[in-house]
Amino acid sequence: MTNSIGEIPLSEGYLVIGSNTTENHPVIGSMIKGQVQNQGKKLIVADPRRIELAQFADYYFPINPGTNIAILNGFMHVIVKENLYNKEFVEARCEGFEEMAQSLEKYTPEYVANICGIHKAGDIVEAARLMASLKPMALYYSMGITQFVSGVNGVKSTANLQMLLGNMGVEGGGVNPLRGQNNVQGACDMGALPATYPAYQPVASEENREKYEKAWGVKELSTKPGLTVVEIMNAAHAGDVKALYCMGENPIMSDPNQEHVIEALKKLDLLVVQDIFLTETAQYADVVLPSCSFLEKAGTATNTERRVQPMHRVLKPWPGAKDDWWIIEEIANRMGAGWTYNKPADIFEEIRKVTPSYAGITYKRIEKEAIQWPCPTESHPGTKVLHRESFGRGKGLFTAIEYTPPYEETDREYPLVLTTGRILQHFHTGTMTRNSRILDETVPEGWVEIHPNDASNFNFTNGEVISVSTRRGSIRIRVRVAERSKPGVIFLPFHFYESCANRLTVDCLDPVCKIPEYKVCSCKVEKISA
Amino acid sequence: MNKIKLTIDGKVVSGYPNQTILEVASDNGIDIPHLCYHPKLSKSGQCRLCIVRIGGKMLKASCTELAMDGMNVVTEDEGIIAARKLVLGLLLQEGNHNCLYCEANGDCELQRYCRMHDMEPPSREIPFHEREVDYVSSNALRRNENVCILCGRCVRACGELQVSSIWGFAERGHRTHLIADDDRRIGESNCVKCGTCVQLCPTGALSFQPVLGKGLNWELSKESSICIYCGVGCKIDFYTNPQGQLVKAMGNDEGPNKGQLCVKGRFGFDFAQSPKRLSKPLVRKDGILSEASWKEALDFVAAGLTKIKEEHGPDAIAGLSSAKCTNEENYLMQKFMRAVVGTNNVDHCARL
Ligand code: SF4
Ligand code: SF4
Ligand code: SF4
Ligand code: FES
Repeated sequence: MTNSIGEIPLSEGYLVIGSNTTENHPVIGSMIKGQVQNQGKKLIVADPRRIELAQFADYYFPINPGTNIAILNGFMHVIVKENLYNKEFVEARCEGFEEMAQSLEKYTPEYVANICGIHKAGDIVEAARLMASLKPMALYYSMGITQFVSGVNGVKSTANLQMLLGNMGVEGGGVNPLRGQNNVQGACDMGALPATYPAYQPVASEENREKYEKAWGVKELSTKPGLTVVEIMNAAHAGDVKALYCMGENPIMSDPNQEHVIEALKKLDLLVVQDIFLTETAQYADVVLPSCSFLEKAGTATNTERRVQPMHRVLKPWPGAKDDWWIIEEIANRMGAGWTYNKPADIFEEIRKVTPSYAGITYKRIEKEAIQWPCPTESHPGTKVLHRESFGRGKGLFTAIEYTPPYEETDREYPLVLTTGRILQHFHTGTMTRNSRILDETVPEGWVEIHPNDASNFNFTNGEVISVSTRRGSIRIRVRVAERSKPGVIFLPFHFYESCANRLTVDCLDPVCKIPEYKVCSCKVEKISA
Repeated sequence: MNKIKLTIDGKVVSGYPNQTILEVASDNGIDIPHLCYHPKLSKSGQCRLCIVRIGGKMLKASCTELAMDGMNVVTEDEGIIAARKLVLGLLLQEGNHNCLYCEANGDCELQRYCRMHDMEPPSREIPFHEREVDYVSSNALRRNENVCILCGRCVRACGELQVSSIWGFAERGHRTHLIADDDRRIGESNCVKCGTCVQLCPTGALSFQPVLGKGLNWELSKESSICIYCGVGCKIDFYTNPQGQLVKAMGNDEGPNKGQLCVKGRFGFDFAQSPKRLSKPLVRKDGILSEASWKEALDFVAAGLTKIKEEHGPDAIAGLSSAKCTNEENYLMQKFMRAVVGTNNVDHCARL
């Protein structure tokens, strides 16, 4: 997030797009609902499903899955055409406006309404006018923007809109991606990414290579960017990757195209899985290493607003389980590393030295202060709002972005659009929530959400078990007839191994950031004959 | 903003013009007894426990009365104490407060004020109306209306913080009672089990199901950590009993969540003490995953990785780190892959 959770009350309004906030980031969802319901703040929501926030919205756009860019361009078309944008900000802080403005010309409300499957084009105009009047407006998004082949462009579009409105670098504004796991932000900050060292320093740079060789006391670090999760699976399938060391991940459940993942894992010479349970993936492992759960750990985690927070040991380690850092160190030392970390604090001290944005953060400080990176020195208070005076590259760059349709289009054989996501009561692959009684009892099994029109076309009744298939696979699952999804779009939560959504999803990737397109693929639904 | 000055219990204190007397007092470390007031909620002025004397004369509810420049406030004198005892006495009279059987025992605001004011048990001359008890309809929340003081904090907590607006009051006078949605039991309502209402209930009228039978409130120890389930990063106070069992999770006010949680952060932690947890390393021998010692398993991994690195080069090895692990662990994983194995093939599920 460019801004902070604590600024929610400072916004005059919110645009929430591609985020089912009240289910996936519930506490932020409640804070936004509270401002809208009790303080009269404005809310605009765009999402293929009539999510809870839609009930609170001044304008709700039930857009077709994968059409975020079109609707964002539609809003900007109106804002530019009616001269509602923040000229001062655009002139002083940004560049590339002319080019982008030109690219917006064709995105008239009618054109956009048609792409997005919205009935009232006039609402786009009114919502755009409303947005321009909200000073400031905060934009929130999540995987509903990024999990497309056009994911990177979707993100750029959100920045275009917020720069156009002058909502960057101000309290209560910003572009605020909501991170789906408690430490995605931290894992990225720490360089658990194939192309960057800690603090996003590219591995391809000779200068960085030298810096880290010196810091780590090693020679010949590789300058060749590595493979992403899905590429790793493909390389394993092709026999190029022979060993996989997998810490706390369950790719069989979480990666797209499950069949392919299983085949890939089977081909490995060595699969090491480090986890708290014998997960679906662990069952294929050559070695399984029992690790501590987060409640048994100490260390730090960085939340979606870049706040680095302390985690403490709440429970004694599970008998026989070890800390993840201890296990890594043991393996490293057996391979000649000579590491001497005795506790998480030793590692954190090293992190501070090689991660400029964390340099000023100490265990002692975060016990008392809420510190958000960048925090370069111990006297620096941290950074609540990014881009206050300038953007990372100096001026904010507008990018002309064209709407492109999702990879898989519906056809005669696969006439419906399948979109996947999470629900309030469960998390990711279910390893933890499905082993927690109250959550598991509340939602014990998966379902597929189908609009009443579709249900009656196929002659489905609520609760009936049907089959859902895509070009990659097929599952059996109970139907939940609900008006939440649009006609023609079905929704499937991906937490349940019995009805695994990723048996169906497509593994095509965004060309830049390699995110899989979880949010759309075409499918068919069929009755199961008795 | 201009500050105002007033006198509370003979001490000159300062505050802001839009603050109530109770807020100014609490900012200055003066504790005025209160029940229906909660700093996170709108003010209702219902319980009258927070009365103070203004200018030597009037008794006013300090949680709703605005502080004024030059005001002279007394928070305790004989008259005030008598009035507070009257308020507490009525609450005890109306309910059936038996702390022995109450989850809130030792962690109850009513109990605290009753002890502070040396309250006697109520006379049972006036007939006592048994009220509703709902221990079963929800697997998360239980409700005992016999110890409810109708302070309305739960109603405001659900309406203003969680914004699900489940709780409401029905009927009037001594028949007043809580209802969920349009008069359902909590388990049949649209309650999303966030537990915010329970956390803010001053008594044991609302409590969490899973805490039952896990011990005495004053024996619990508290340690904070960060919720594992999403990027909001809610700070949670985890309570454990002397046996090391996890008893309950409460939102911490200092975190980005300002004390709130969702159902996962409130109830999603049984997994940590599930018998399915792995407790021995496993190594595949003759096709079967079999128990092994840590030494054997670690040696096996190190030897295997070394061999593959030698035969096929470091890029034949890949590592998956985890967004559920700490910064320290993620840092170490990427350092291991880069500095020890020698490849940049390291990623985690940020994109998934
Ligand atoms: S249940 Fe608790 S919070 Fe709600 S009115 Fe009763 S005592 Fe107050
Ligand atoms: S648990 Fe949450 S949703 Fe349910 S009644 Fe209480 S505050 Fe409302
Ligand atoms: S309690 Fe809920 S909202 Fe808070 S971090 Fe956990 S999952 Fe996210
Ligand atoms: S606390 Fe003031 S009236 Fe209840």
